Amino acid sequence: MATQATAFRTCPVTGFRVHLPAQKLVIVNAVAGVLALTVGGILALLIGLTRWQAVHLLPADLYYRFVSMHGMTMLVFWMVFFEVAGLYFGSTVVLNARLVKPAIGWLAFVLMAVGAVLADVVMLVDKDSAIMFTAYVPMQASPLFYLGVILFAVGALVAVGLFFVTIVAAKVEGRHRGSLPLVTYGLVTAAIIAVFTLLGGAMAFIPTFLWSIGLMAQLDPETYRNLFWAFGHPAQQVNLAAMVAVWYTLATLTTGAKPLNEKLSRFAFLLYILFINLGSVHHLLVDPGLSSPMRIFNTSYAMYLAVVASMVHAFSIPSAVEVAQRAKGYKGLFGWLIHAPWKEPGFAALAVSMVMFGFIGGVTGVLQGMMQLNMLAHNTLMIPGHFHATVVAGTTVAFMGLSYYLVPLMTQKKLVGMAWARWQPYIYGFGLLLLISGMWLSGRMGVPRRSWDVFNFGGAPTFGTDAFNAASGTLALLGIGAIIAVIGGGIFVVIMVSTLLFGKKQQG
Amino acid sequence: MSLAPPQRVWWKPLGRTERLWVTLAVLWAVVLFLMMLVWGAVGKQDTPVETYRTTTQQFTAVTDEFVKNYQVGTDKGVPVVAPPPGGDAYLRASRWAWYPVLELKKGQTYRIHLSSTDIQHGFSLPQEVFSLNYQVLPGYIYVVTLTPPEAGEFPVVCNEYCGIASEKVGHHSMVGKIVVKE
Ligand code: HEM
Ligand SMILES: [Cu+2]
Ligand SMILES: [Cu+2]
Repeated sequence: MATQATAFRTCPVTGFRVHLPAQKLVIVNAVAGVLALTVGGILALLIGLTRWQAVHLLPADLYYRFVSMHGMTMLVFWMVFFEVAGLYFGSTVVLNARLVKPAIGWLAFVLMAVGAVLADVVMLVDKDSAIMFTAYVPMQASPLFYLGVILFAVGALVAVGLFFVTIVAAKVEGRHRGSLPLVTYGLVTAAIIAVFTLLGGAMAFIPTFLWSIGLMAQLDPETYRNLFWAFGHPAQQVNLAAMVAVWYTLATLTTGAKPLNEKLSRFAFLLYILFINLGSVHHLLVDPGLSSPMRIFNTSYAMYLAVVASMVHAFSIPSAVEVAQRAKGYKGLFGWLIHAPWKEPGFAALAVSMVMFGFIGGVTGVLQGMMQLNMLAHNTLMIPGHFHATVVAGTTVAFMGLSYYLVPLMTQKKLVGMAWARWQPYIYGFGLLLLISGMWLSGRMGVPRRSWDVFNFGGAPTFGTDAFNAASGTLALLGIGAIIAVIGGGIFVVIMVSTLLFGKKQQG
Repeated sequence: MSLAPPQRVWWKPLGRTERLWVTLAVLWAVVLFLMMLVWGAVGKQDTPVETYRTTTQQFTAVTDEFVKNYQVGTDKGVPVVAPPPGGDAYLRASRWAWYPVLELKKGQTYRIHLSSTDIQHGFSLPQEVFSLNYQVLPGYIYVVTLTPPEAGEFPVVCNEYCGIASEKVGHHSMVGKIVVKE
């Protein structure tokens, strides 16, 4: 233990100098993230078993509340809390630097926590405020809902600001020299995207909040959609850039891989900043009000350049692993791959995350994001099918993988349940594979997302249809996948909580 | 190692395989881009782009007028309306119904004007494989040009969450109908 005066300790395993106040903030943010993941996961099971029409677990009212809460809690709260933990880690521990103003970090944390609890509680207790995380006007939630989202976003913005200041200070104080490590560089791109994401969020939610308390006229619905997705889409790019940074980290931690070509990898991160925000129009492809050239420009020029960036990482990371493995003496076309550390949870998570993100998430994303094909997919279950492959099988799995190293490093405790951790990414990934297939195949038959009853339409519709009965099998697949995925997610949560509570103190 | 600062000079030229890979990725992006243009020119199905502004009062009035002029019957209390072949038809979304029921003729081309008079809804026409989906917003009219290729009864479901009144009535019960006659 370093003395209180310097507030640093040196990690005996990695040799990093760990700034203790930063360490605390990494831990609380990661814990808040895991808490959100737990809440979101319980809701996931309940709504998954409701979409499985043969089970049809929840009543309509609860289903819609829980879908609203699940989307917000997972996509926003889990992801962002964990990312903030990652930002503090990447700007202090990785650079051997200090967190400039820990008090600001705590302020950010409190704002985010209060905002998250407020938004979730409002959706839980007030049926009319459970209008999905997209909150499309003119549907109106209680002002407290918008306030919760705004508080959370302001907190996140403060945290991002602290991250930038910390990096600058590390340079100025000479604690870090030279170019930033690739991982921190990736986090910087994520943070830059986060800034304009959060500004987009402010432009969507602040006027809506003022409208909900009667101080402003209602936003035009198409304008709102535009602004909302100026927030909602880049937010996924934050997740993407952070995930790729985590991929590089995991490849290094588990195989000792070095980036093959720093220039190419860095350039690819740059492409994310420049282009993907423009790609957000792919959420509006079948909206009235956009011209074809505008749609094509955004989906092709802007989106594809970001996709090319992902293709670069998809090449760089596996080849870096290959090079590292060959250096250890594994020969043959696939020898390096066969002898990869498949039983190392970080490598398992890396593999599941890269394969599922790329082959399922990327492919469905590019397809569904084409102007004409979008018309076949919009608002069907194909959409959640796509993004559970990106943000869940991709980002969430990567974050889980990182946690297996981050949490022991930060808490100085030995991971509890290593045997389970080895299997966890595979179980979770397998469940997700079924969930995603069930969603995508049902959506292909036209089954709408966010819909409680696609067989009987509530039992007494004016007109019904049996158009979706053919989806009973694929909806069952969705439900079974949900059960397995939630078990996999549960194992992760149990490992994390047990490590925190009962982990053996490690030297440090 | 990606957690350590890179060596002093890291802007090295790309390797051969890297160059090949990046080139292929860029070419593929170009192919996809061209596909959207080519399909727009030669394909028979495309995202409609004809849209115009309206107000909810105006759209309500226009649909009422349309129903008055062309009503041919009722189905479960909802007017059945047969627009002139090749002409304009109106379909109004509001919590929680599609109004009216449209009766179209196979092989004729119609211009279907879609809008909402309250909040956002989703127009979805499920087919055996895939479905046809458009966002429906109050204040905007979407003109979908459509030529039914076969006769039958087709449901229109709402696939944008639009609230619920009860278990029985709400977003999930918002199903309308289009009838196509020989
Ligand atoms: C155990 C894992 C998970 C399962 C089983 C699961 C399942 C589901 C289901 C069944 C839906 C509802 C689809 C519908 O009826 O429209 C859904 C929606 C959604 N999920 Fe998940 N999910 C999981 C994890 C996650 C995670 C980790 C995230 C984010 C990082 C996430 C983000 C979302 C979002 C944004 C929605 C859309 C909500 C909306 O339509 O407003 N899910 N999920
Ligand atoms: Cu509706
Ligand atoms: Cu609806």
